Parts: sequence; structure tokens; C-alpha cells
Amino acid sequence: MAKAIAGQKGDKVRSDCYIELTTNNNGGIKLNLKSKVDVMYGESIKSTILEMCEFFGIKNAEIIVEDYGALPSILMARFELAVKRLNLGLDKEYLPVFNKKNNYKTSKEKLRRSRLYLPGNEPKFYPNAGLHKPDAIILDLEDSVAPSEKDAAQLIVRNALRTIDFYGAERMVRINQLPLGLDELKYIIPHNVHVILIPKVETAEQILQAEEKVNELKMAFKIKNDIFFMPIIESALGVINAYSIASASKLNCALAIGLEDYTADIGAQRTNEGTESFFARAMLVNAAKAAGIQAIDTVFSDVNDMEGLKNAVLEAKGLGFEGKGCIHPRQIQVVHNAFAPTESEIEKAQKIVAAFEEAKAKGLGVVSIGSKMIDAPIVKRAVNTLKIAELMNAIK
Amino acid sequence: MKLVKNAAGRFVPTEVNGEKVIPYKGVNKHKPTGNKFGAPIKSCSNYPLDGNKVVKNLREALKKSGLKNGMTISTHHHLRNGDVLTNILFDTIKSMGIKNIRWYPSASFPVHEHLIQYLNDGTIHHIEGSMNGPLGRYTSEGKMKGIGVLRSHGGRYQSIQDGEVHVDIAVIAAPTADPFGNATGDRGKSACGLLGFALADSEYADNVIVVTDNLIPFPCSPWQIQGNNVDYVVEIDSLGDPSKIVSGTTEVTKSPDRLLIAEYVAQFLEDSGILKDGFSFQAGAGGTNLAFALYLKEKMIKKNIKARFIRGGSTKYLVEMLEEGLTDYILDGQTFDLEGVRSMRENVGHLNTSPFTSYNFHGKGNFASLIDAVVLGATEVDLNFNANVVTHSDGYLLHGIGGWQNCMFGKTVILAIPSFRDRIPVIVDEVTTLVAPGELVDVIITERGIAINPKRKDLLNAVKGSNLPIKTIKEIYTEVNAICGGKPAKPKVNKNEVVAVIKWVDGTVIDSVFKVEK
Repeated sequence: MAKAIAGQKGDKVRSDCYIELTTNNNGGIKLNLKSKVDVMYGESIKSTILEMCEFFGIKNAEIIVEDYGALPSILMARFELAVKRLNLGLDKEYLPVFNKKNNYKTSKEKLRRSRLYLPGNEPKFYPNAGLHKPDAIILDLEDSVAPSEKDAAQLIVRNALRTIDFYGAERMVRINQLPLGLDELKYIIPHNVHVILIPKVETAEQILQAEEKVNELKMAFKIKNDIFFMPIIESALGVINAYSIASASKLNCALAIGLEDYTADIGAQRTNEGTESFFARAMLVNAAKAAGIQAIDTVFSDVNDMEGLKNAVLEAKGLGFEGKGCIHPRQIQVVHNAFAPTESEIEKAQKIVAAFEEAKAKGLGVVSIGSKMIDAPIVKRAVNTLKIAELMNAIK
Repeated sequence: MKLVKNAAGRFVPTEVNGEKVIPYKGVNKHKPTGNKFGAPIKSCSNYPLDGNKVVKNLREALKKSGLKNGMTISTHHHLRNGDVLTNILFDTIKSMGIKNIRWYPSASFPVHEHLIQYLNDGTIHHIEGSMNGPLGRYTSEGKMKGIGVLRSHGGRYQSIQDGEVHVDIAVIAAPTADPFGNATGDRGKSACGLLGFALADSEYADNVIVVTDNLIPFPCSPWQIQGNNVDYVVEIDSLGDPSKIVSGTTEVTKSPDRLLIAEYVAQFLEDSGILKDGFSFQAGAGGTNLAFALYLKEKMIKKNIKARFIRGGSTKYLVEMLEEGLTDYILDGQTFDLEGVRSMRENVGHLNTSPFTSYNFHGKGNFASLIDAVVLGATEVDLNFNANVVTHSDGYLLHGIGGWQNCMFGKTVILAIPSFRDRIPVIVDEVTTLVAPGELVDVIITERGIAINPKRKDLLNAVKGSNLPIKTIKEIYTEVNAICGGKPAKPKVNKNEVVAVIKWVDGTVIDSVFKVEK
């Protein structure tokens, strides 16, 4: 007889379930289900559990399920976890049907103004996350998951990637610090992850390790789509090595900074003014731009201070950052609005692009407005500005 | 029990608690004739010349009112979940050995779980009002002796006016009253704002008892209940728990998904052209409702638009709009917080209303149909826009109708609802209980998209080109079923055992609630 527990229970639990699995030598399967949606989905829950027992070769067991409206793929992840915590079926994965809507791809240059963090072991936030239109969602296996629940989050995130529609948001996963993070890649690579956030990166070598592992898994699972990296710099050493990290792999699409750990590492207090992190942030922007990738700022953690968030984004934009982390859906629109080009920026960009088009039409090698020469990067930036402006109008 | 199919295709009884009832015929199809019900003639010479109608306690007042087995006793729900008086009232009735009372509240609350013992022992025969929370569960399981009758606030007024319900004794909780029986809810330690839900009872009941915990010398001014309609006045220590009568502060929802719905509602009113100078809207105190009013306020300021009136459920947020000049009037049906109560006392633009003015079928017109946009909730909406507000998808009766059916007569009716709640689809193929026919529901606004009733071609045209997520209700339904894991199974109910009936606003029976099989 062996017993395993998975999931969450209690009055405050929503969209999740709690499972107790006790295997026996005889007696068949005894399933005791208590569900908030018993009338609507009780039969469906029972048949899922029985099917999974068969899949994992469990013939005799007592199973207690306390269900708080867990979606099917979440129920499956919880039951699979209970099975695996008994060291059963370790070579098998019970995968929910892949939602065809989740087949969309990403690109290296995609806008990444906002990224919404979703705790990896808290599925209740998932189904509606994409409705708030972040540029990206991040399923987090790292800091938001208790060390004892890492195995739980891996299965939840895997099943979420397969089933939850994030409505076009770029699909990111933050793995744990290497080397644990390398082992987690197998849960996400086969399921159309777009960007992998690698935390606490300090050396280019770590990026290369991740790249090797990703390529190995892509080969094994015959994955063709692009998967990019966003290394997160969170230490003094990481800051000093920022450029070599940023340029370590062509899979890098952005470089992000995490200030909580960084300020602790340099022995400074984190302040609202941010003087203590000015060097790190400026360094990060320069390293990213030198490597031709995006620079992404840290999260803003006061969810009630929208004015503060707006100012923080304007300041980040002023430093050259192109994105900000969000921990609450209400932050997303504020971030997008603050990153939006101003009217005069748009006007200027239109003039530049018009001049460029005119020069191209005339076959001129040099673009100029009045007596001012316009360099290629300036044109590129103007095009980018107009692209963002267009996207903002589409949202407004 | 013999059931017939009504005009909405729902099966309903033709007799309820021994009295004949009329099956629903369609919206505005039922045209009753005859005279209104009249209260018994009384003579002032039978009342104290000094105007002092105070009797020593509730028991005495009930005795003088001639309390007998099988009578109908009415109460109002302005004290909401803070109401202690109703529980004391039935403790008293029980101690007098009286049985088989028909309790006729304007609504019930979880605090009235106390009364289940009296439903069990036969003191109360059945409830005609709302059956919320524990009382709803009790009713759904078939434990109540009689059949429950659910009416809207306006339907309650209608049933009193046309004599469908004859109230023997009305017991009116009054936060302030004088010995003559003049009473108000806008002041006193148990202040609740207005007393509109007790108005009909005060005018039509055989006997009227005013119970107060703040007895002041004549005159109680202003009076919301007229002492000339009152038989007895009783003073008690406390009517209830003030913190549960009105909240100190009403809070706007923090749920990002509800805020998104609220944003869509405000945006819809703007894009559809409903938001214009001199417009009117209705907003309750539910989380989404408060938030939508705040988003609307931002838009009104930006566009320099003022409302002529806002219909509430008043809260501090509506009071702010009144005080900032964003509306000329608040038409208040019930007051949800202390700021609402204060404003009602102090501001001539903050008007008391009752179901008589808001909506009642026998009125010569109603305010409800003058409102440009009303925003309501629902427990379920189906593919034909039919809506439910009383039962959940598991078949249990858990909410009353309130003013919800009455608001359906607003010019544009918007249901602002999540598309599902914790794996419980809200958009379904067919509602568990029909409370409002789909022809009156114009727009469904969910976090996943906005569905406009195809018969509102004007609205469909008005929002063309808007970047709101306009979808068909079928599209939202399909998406929700995919998320929740297929079509939900229907509740197991005993189709031969009706535990409650749902009245339409005209007094006809629109649907039945059946006993839930465990």
C-alpha cells in the first residue's frame, strides 16, 4: 500500500482539485468524488480518472478527488502527479489533446512590451489571461512555485501549453535556474513554447547549455518551430557579462533584468528612484542593443499604483527598454499606453519613412529631410515606431 | 401534479397552494380586468385621539391585529442581511402557538436561515418572496410544506394591487418612527435609506404594525410610510446589525476579468451611441455594475456629457456623480451604503422610489421603460437569449428575482456576466429556469465577447466598425463548452414535483422549479 497526494484543497481553492491516491493489492478501483460541478461534469471526471488508471496500469486503488471546478487538463495533471509521486508510470505521459488554436508561431522581432506572469502551480488564472491582451504570457516554474511543488507545476504548465488558449499572446515559460531548468525543458519544448526565460544567467556558457538541450529535444520530438531565449540577468556577475550572454546564441531574442536579486547581490536597498540599479539597467540595454536583441525591464510589483507603473515605464522607455513585466492583468494596458509613441514621435517617424520611400523611388542612396541626413538605423526605428503606433490604434 | 405548457414552452402548474394560477401568455399578452383590491374600511374614531398607537410589544400588536392560523404576514428586506426583526417576529409567532403562516417578504437573506426551524415545525407553511441561500436549498430539496412563489419587486406590487395576495398583517421595520406610525428609513441607528418595498403593504394590508428602534416625538419628518395607514407601533431595542444593513463602504471589484467586462459595457454604451447628453442608465451594487459606472463616468467627463438620471441601488459612487454634477437625479430603489443614506437625507436630487413608480403591471406607465440602458447579472443565459437569475445549473434555487424582471423593460437591456464560473458554463443551450424571455434581452457582455440579440439590428449596425469583440452567442457558447470540457449535463430533478413557481411581472406563471434529486 502506498499513498500520494496532489493538488490543493480548502475554501479558497478555485479551478483546481485535490487528489489522494492509495494503491492496494486488490479490491479494484474505488473512486470517491466530491465536486462543485458534480451535476454538470461528475461523470466526465470519473471517466477521466478511470481512463488514466488504465493508462498507467493502476488496477487496485482508493482514489479521493475533491474538485473545485478544475478544467479537464488540470484534473489530468493533478492525477498524473499523484501517480508519479508513487513512482509509477515514470516513462509515460498522459497528454490532453492539443488545442489546434495553440499552433500559432512567433518571431524574433515580435513586440514584447508586456509579459504577464502566471504562477505555474495556480491554474485558475490561465483561461482568461490572454483576454487581457498581453504581448506575452509567462507560465512560471521558478519563483512563484514552492520548492516542494516543482513537479506539480511542470505537469500543469505542460498541460496548459497544450490546452489553454492564450488568444495570440506569445507563449513563454520561465524555467528554474540551471541545471534544474535543463531537466524541465522536456515538459515544454514539445508543446509549442515560444520563448524560454532562463533566470539568473551569469555566463554565456549557460546559454549554450540550454541551446544544446533545446536542439536535442527539438530533434527528438521533431519540433520545427522557432524557440527563443530570454536570459534574465539578476546578479553583478551577470551584468558584467551581459554582452557575452546576449551574443552567446542566435536563439536569444531579448535580455531581461531582474532587480530584486540584483540589488541583494550588490548589497543595496531597492529604491523607487532606482539609482542603485542605474548602471545595471544601462549596461543591460547596451549589451542587448549591441547584440541586436531587445532589452526588457523588470516587473513593477505594486498592483494598485497605476500612476507609479506609468512613470516606471516612461523611465524605462527613456533608458532604451522595450518591455516591462506585469504581475496583474490590469497593468497591461497601462504598460502598452506608456510604451506607445507620442504624437510628435509618430509625426517625425512618418516624415522619415516618407523621405525614405521617396529616396528609394528616385533611386537615391542617401535619405535626407531638408538638410539633415537620415541613417538607416533611424529609418528602422521610425518604421518600428509606426508599427507600434498601428498596433496601439488597433487596440484602442 | 398536473402541468401545462405555457406560451414560453415551459411546464407549469395551474394551481398553486390551492389557488388557481394563470400560465404565462407572452410579453404584455395578459390583460386582466376588474377592480383593484381594497383594504378594509377603518374609522379614525377607533384609534387613539392623542395619536399614540404604541403598544407594549410585538406579541401584543400581533394579538390586537387578530393573528390566526393560516394568515399572510409580510415583511420588507431593506435591512438586508442585518435583519433581526423578522427572526424575532417568527419567534413571537411560534411562542403564540400559531401555525401555517404564509410568509410574504419582499426578499429573504442568509440571516433568515433561522426560520428553517419554523418551516420544519409548521409555523410557516411556505414562502412567497425570494428564497436565497439556505432557504433556497431547503426549498429545492422539497422540504417546504407548500410551494414557493417567486415574484419580482414589481410583481409583488402587482399581486397586492390585484388581490392575488391578501396581506393580513404587514410588519414594517422602521429605523425611525413616531407614535402615530409615520416612519422613515433615512435616519436612526438602523438607517437603511428608503422603505419603498413596504409601501404597498402599508396601503393594502388589513393591519399594519410599524416596529422601530428609534421612536421620536411626532412628527417623524420626512415620512416615507404614512402613519395614517398604521394600526400599531412597537418599540424594540434593535432592528438589526447596522454593519450588515448598509456597508460602510462599497468596494469596486478587483477581479481583472470582471473589470474587463465592465470596461466592455462602458465601451459598448459609447460605441452604440447610447452614451449622450441627457441619457439615463441603471446601475446596481454588484461588483461589475459598480465598476462599469466608474468607467462610464470617465467617459462622461471626457466627452462633457451629463445624465438626466441614474437609477440605483445607490452607492457612494453614484452619490459622487450626483454631487459632481454628472447627473441631475438619482432614482433610488434601495440604498447600499452610508453615503447613499446620507445623500438621500441631504440632496433633493436623490429621490426615493418604490415598485409603484419603478415597475408595476397595474401602473399607468412605469419608470423602468424610460431608462436608456440597464445592466444586470444572470446565473444563466441560453442560445435564445432567455435568461435565468434564480437557479444555478445544478438545479438549486439560490437567488430571488428582485427588480431584475422589471428592469427588462428598459430600452436596452445588457446582461454583464462571465461566460463561465469555475467550470460552470453561464452561456448554455437552454436555461435551467426561465425567468426572462429572450425577446427582452438585448446584449450579453462577457469577458470572451459581446453577443447582440439578432432582433436588435439597430445595435448591430451601430457597433459596426467598433473594435469591441462582437460575436454571436453561439460562438461564445461553443468556446465556453470547449474550455469546460464539453456540454454540461443537466441537473437531475423530479419533473412531477414542483417546489416553487416563477411569476412573470403580470402575475402569470412563467416557469416551475422542480425538486432536486440527490
